This record gives sequence, C-alpha cells and structure tokens, in this order.
Amino acid sequence: MTPALEISGLKKSFGGLPATNNVSLAVLPGERRLIIGPNGAGKTTLFNLITGDLPRDRGTIRMFGAEIQRLKPHQRAHRGLARTYQIITLFGRDTLEHNVVLSLLGLSASRWNAFAPLAAYAHLYAEARRVLGLVGLEHLGHRGVGEVAYGDRRRLEIALALAQQPKLLLLDEPFAGLSREERTAMKQLIAGIPRDVTVVMIEHDMDTALDLAERITVLHYGSVIVEGTRNEVVADPKTREVYLGD
Amino acid sequence: MQFWVIQTLNSLSLGGLLFLLAAGFSLIFGLLRIANLTHGALYMLGAYLGASILNYVPSLWLAALAGGLLVAAFGGLFERLILRRLARNELGQVLVTLGVAYIIADFCLMVWGGDPIPVPTPEALQQPLEVAGFTFPSYRLAVVAVAVATGIALYLLIERTRLGAMIRAGVDDMQMARAVGIPVSRLFTTVFCLGAGLAGAGGIIGGPIMSAYPGLDFDMLPLALIVVILGGVGSLVGAFVGSFIIGFVYTFGIALFPQLAYVILFLPMIVVIAFRPRGLFGRAT
Amino acid sequence: MKSRVAPLAVLAILLIGYPWLAGEFYVNLTSQIFIAAIFAASLNLLVGYGGLPSLGHAAFLGMAAYVSALMYLHFGYAHWLTAPIALGATTLMACVFGLIALRATGLGFLMLTLALSQVLWGSAYRWVAVTEGDNGLRGLTRPAPFGISLDDSVSFYYFALIVTAFSIWMIARFVASPFGTALKGTRDQPRRMGALGHNVWLVRWITFVYAGFWGAVAGLLFVYYNQYIHPAALSLTSSAEGILAVIAGGSGTLAGPIIGAAIVVILKNYVSAYVRYWNMLLGFVFVVIVIFMPDGIVPGIRRLWARVGRR
Repeated sequence: MTPALEISGLKKSFGGLPATNNVSLAVLPGERRLIIGPNGAGKTTLFNLITGDLPRDRGTIRMFGAEIQRLKPHQRAHRGLARTYQIITLFGRDTLEHNVVLSLLGLSASRWNAFAPLAAYAHLYAEARRVLGLVGLEHLGHRGVGEVAYGDRRRLEIALALAQQPKLLLLDEPFAGLSREERTAMKQLIAGIPRDVTVVMIEHDMDTALDLAERITVLHYGSVIVEGTRNEVVADPKTREVYLGD
Repeated sequence: MQFWVIQTLNSLSLGGLLFLLAAGFSLIFGLLRIANLTHGALYMLGAYLGASILNYVPSLWLAALAGGLLVAAFGGLFERLILRRLARNELGQVLVTLGVAYIIADFCLMVWGGDPIPVPTPEALQQPLEVAGFTFPSYRLAVVAVAVATGIALYLLIERTRLGAMIRAGVDDMQMARAVGIPVSRLFTTVFCLGAGLAGAGGIIGGPIMSAYPGLDFDMLPLALIVVILGGVGSLVGAFVGSFIIGFVYTFGIALFPQLAYVILFLPMIVVIAFRPRGLFGRAT
Repeated sequence: MKSRVAPLAVLAILLIGYPWLAGEFYVNLTSQIFIAAIFAASLNLLVGYGGLPSLGHAAFLGMAAYVSALMYLHFGYAHWLTAPIALGATTLMACVFGLIALRATGLGFLMLTLALSQVLWGSAYRWVAVTEGDNGLRGLTRPAPFGISLDDSVSFYYFALIVTAFSIWMIARFVASPFGTALKGTRDQPRRMGALGHNVWLVRWITFVYAGFWGAVAGLLFVYYNQYIHPAALSLTSSAEGILAVIAGGSGTLAGPIIGAAIVVILKNYVSAYVRYWNMLLGFVFVVIVIFMPDGIVPGIRRLWARVGRR
C-alpha cells in the first residue's frame, strides 16, 4: 500500500546543529501515528519540514507516493495536507465563522474573485457553520476569537484544518494547556475523525495520546530511536532511557 | 588616463563616505530593527555643524569629532525619548524617523539658510599628491584612509570587545540576549549614538567634497539605503563592500551617463535582490 | 450594507451641490482632496489591508503623470490615447516593482519601495533631456471628455468627483471580496494562510499592482488638475504625505484614508500659507500622530473624548 506520508533521509541543521537527523518513516493511509520525544527532540521542526514552512537540507518527503519536498506550503495544502499549530495562530480579530471561511477559501477557486462581495457567498458561510458543528462550536460562530475560552480556540484550530478536508492531518500538541474535561472532549473529537484522513500527532501528554495512537515514533535529538506499535514502544528500554534519563 | 584615475579616486572617496553612513544605518537596523530614515538628515546636520564649528576650531578632524559627538548625543536623546515609546510599532518607528528627518531638514534651513556652505579642505591636504606621473587629490585619499580605519575599528569593536559581543548577540537573537542579562536598553542607546555619530562625523568629513547644502540629506539617504539593501542588513562587511560598489557605480555613472546615473544605480541592487533577497552578506531574518 | 445607504446618499447630495455653495478656492481645494483621497485609498490597500508598508507610492502617481505629459508634449497624442498608455505603463512598472519589493516583507519591503521610488525621483531630476529636470513639464492640457471642457474649476470638480467615486467604489469592492478577505488574512497570519492553501506572495503581488494602478489614476487626475508636473511629485515627501493621510485617518478602514487625505490637503493649503517651514510642521504632525494617535485621528479623538468625559 502506498504510504500516506513517507519520509526518507530527512536532514535539517541549524548552523551545524542537526535538528532533524536522517529521519525516515512511513505512515499508512488511515493510520493514527503519534510522534513523541523529550523537549528539543525536533518534533515541531519535523512538522515544519513536512509542511514546507522550513526548507530541508536533504531528503525526500512523499505524500501518497508523490514527492512534495520542493513544493511551497500552499501547494502542499492543495495536495491534501493540513496542520494545526502548537502556538495558537488564529485570526484573532475575526469571528470563529470568519476563521473557518478563510480556511475554506484557501482551497476554493473563489479566492481569486476581487469584485463580488464575500457576503454573497452564502454556501461558504453554511459550510463554515457545518465545520464548526463538527467540533461542537456552531453556537459560538458569531463570537470573536478573543471572546471564547482557550479550549474552544484549540478546537477552532482543528476546525480550520478539517475545513480543508485533508487527506493527511498533522496535529501539533492538540492537548496543550487544556483542562481535564477539555482533554476528554478533545480526545473524543480526534477519535471521531473519519478514517479517510491519516492523522499524525505530536504530543507531550502521554496518558491521553497513547490511547489514540496505533503506531508511535520516538524522536531524540532529531533522530528516530524507536518505532513500533504502542506496546512495543512502551516496552522498549530505549524509550524509558530517553524519558527517565532526562 | 588621468580621468580614470580621478574618477576611481572619487569613487573610492564616495564609497568611504557612504560607508560611514551605511555602517551606522546597518548597525541600527540590525540591532534595533529600525530603518532609521533620519540617517541622511543626521549626515547633513553633521556637515552644517562642522562648517560652523570650523569657524572656531581650525582642525577639520577635531570638528569632525566634535560634530560627531553632538550628533551622537542628539541621536541618543531621540532614541531614548521618542523611539523607545514605539518599541513594538515598527512602522511607527520608521515614520517617526521620517518625521524627525523633516524637522532636522527645516531646522538646518532655518539656522543656516538656503545657500550651500563650503567646507574648506584642511591645509595639510590641499596639495595634490604626485605619484608615477598621476596627480591624486590628497583629501580624497585621506577620506578613503579614514573610512578604512573606521571600518577596522568597527570590526575590532564588534568582534573583539564585550560591547561588540553584546551587539552580535542582540543581532542574532534578541530574546536570548535579554534572557542572559544583556542590558538591552542601554545597548540600544549606545548603538544608536554610535550610528548617529558616524553619520554626523561623515557629514563633516565629506564637507570639503560635497559642502553642506539643503537636500544633502535626501541625496545621501537613497544611496545609503541601496548600499544596505545590497550589502545585507546588519552586516559590517556588507556595508563596506556595498559602499564601494555603489561608490563606483554612482561616480562612473554620473561621469559617463549623467542623466541616467540613478537608473544605473538601480541595476546592481536589482541583480543582487533577484538572486539573494537578503543582500550579499545579509542574514535571513 | 443597508444602513450605509442613507448617509452615503446625503454625502452624495452634499458633494453634488457643493460647487453651488462654495467659492472657487474651496471647489479647487476639494478637487485636490479627491486626488489625494484616491492616492491614500490605493496606498491603504497595501498598508492597511495588506500589512505592507510602502514608502514609494508616489512613484505610481509620478510615472502616470509624466507619461501622460510626455506623450502629449513629444508626440501630440490626445488624452483618450495618453491616458491608457500612462495607466498601462505605470501598471507595468508596478508589476516589475512588485517583483522586486516583494522579495522582502516588513521593513525590507519598506526599504525596497523607498529605494525604487527614490531612483525614479532621481531619474526625473537628472534625465533632463526627457523630463526637463527641475523645471518640470508645462503647457499641459486637461482632457475634454465628450467635448466638455474641464478648464474651469467646477467642471473639473465634477470630473474628479466621478472618477473618485468610481475609484473608491472599486477599491471598496476589492476589499469586501474574497480576494480582499484573503489579503487581510495574509496581513494577520501569513504563515497560516500559506498552510491553508493561499498563495500569499501572489495575493500580495496582485494587490501591489492593483494599488499601483489606482495610484496611477490619481496621478492622471493630478497632472490634469495642475497642468504641470515636477519631480517633487515623485519625492519621498509626496509618498510620506500619502502615508500620513493613511495613518492620520486610520488605516484598515475605507473612510480613514479619505478623511486623512482631507486633513493633509487642508493643512498643506492653509498652513503652508502661514508657516514657512512646512516640512518641519509635517515632521511634527507625523511624530505627534504616530505617538499619540497611532490608530488615526477618528479613534484617537474618540478616546480623548472618552477621557475628557470621565473627568
């Protein structure tokens, strides 16, 4: 089966220090992959390389068999890639609905229309409300981002990504800063993502994330040190070394 | 042949003056992240101050030092009192530097009037130098020497002193620099004073060549901008190399195609930007 | 949108009836405000809506003005020909300038736009053979659309009013469109917009060219009004007055730059009659507005009012 995401020999250094050191991995379509590792292991760097926000030094990145490492970030989005960010990067001055509309526009040909008023695009707003419904935020559609709770903002992040109807979804620490109830709700949300979307997730909160993961990749100083099913990784002595040794 | 020699020397001396201007601009941009549009006006202010100081002090070099210090002091006040209030407002800072540039320009008009004020060449350098059958205007050679000496001094300051280490740290990573306890606000003022002082002194040193006249500020500013864009922001080496490249392009451009000199000035900048957006020696921001 | 119809209708009536009430000086003054309004509104597409601070907008005004003037003086072309040529040439220049300036963002972009327009200004000064340098180009005429002469102030006023209304309307539609919405998105979160599938560079470049086009329209009105063009129109001061209008009125709104343009033109016309050192005043106004009213005069006054009301 063609992997949804296949990385070979990916390298990225910052002034001599390798942040990503010869990383190779393959994620099958529909899989739920968890990437873990101590702070500074290079997890977010890896995401940035996959999305194209950071240019790589060497290596290939394939999405469903096609090489994407030379494409710009917006081109990768058009291939079906979507991501959320660790630090919230929402459009703070706008409503939740408007945030989703911006996401929907990204892949719509209408985004080039410079004459007709956006207000006329009723179907965009309807779709935005539908996506907000997927993450349980439809009742807050007309509120400003600044007015809603942190947990809701994290869910909006996911809504923006889901609005792109991605084939490959990268979630960067979706549980960061959430309360216990919010964590449970988020877990349900992520578990509810349909199987035609491949999900790769970075997380620190092991208790919550481990349940969602089918396969786990452990990064340390930019290299993959352990990879396998949840049980294999948990049992592996190297994993414990990396986490307890620090 | 003498024509080429003269033009080369003119190019070198213009390059030298541009370096004094651009080095300060580049340092201020690199560390404070401010595009200091006042810089041309500071140069002009220095030129005018120097012309006046020379009425009381016979030595051009002393006048340059005094004028440089005065302009540096002004720069420090400007940074502390005005620029600092706009710390996170990048566009605001640029607009304020533009506003102050206009204030300085009209101030100079008020005080010194609209006629150009010539600055006499120092006596010791009034006689041309004769070497191998060619005549070299001595003052222009001196300007080049001063620029090179300043370049070396700045390089040593940045690379070998504690102040320089702090500047380098701040240019590289401001947050980290703050975190390790570098007194950032004092550093900012110091660097702004340094940049302003260099511009002011440059104006006086350039006096015998250009005089002091209204419009000198906006004649020099675009040249300094192009040097910094070409050489890379925050890079001393870039400012040095860029200054002499522009010195040559502009001087020969004016000499050979006077009406198209500005268009010719354009070309090296476009070529470099097209291939290296951050300039020849700049770092990716 | 519905709530805007009534005040806009009132404004329209006022503007149409204005020349009957006002004397020639004020009619001319308002024509100048119209020109400055188009200039500031087009600049605001970049500064306010695009988050791209440009200090080189005068290049578009000046280029269109000079091309129009030169086509007339050197080739004797009529206005129906020189206008499209001027607009086309300036738009082409905007395409090229945009390619260069957008190699950077933020302050780098600002410096590039400044350098580019300064080079154009310097060329206008020195390429005396073509531009007559410091003398400027005189002996220009105003167009006569449909045979109606625009030589008197009232006729020109109505012409300028129509062009300005159309320009502002086009700019307003641009801002309200999906493209304009995406533009605002790239201003607020450029990386995110890229990840969502928007081609941020292309959005900015198209906006740059569009802003340049309307700057050129302002330039044509400018040269028709003055019947004269001088390199000063291309200067940094000219671009700075545009930025002043944008920030004084409040960037990121449609009305802001228009109000700001009115303020700048009125200041220039009145104050410069009494104040010898206009540049110094301009400088002070810049500093005061940026420090005390960074969002523009309208929000600034509202805030001051609130403070006074609290006492």
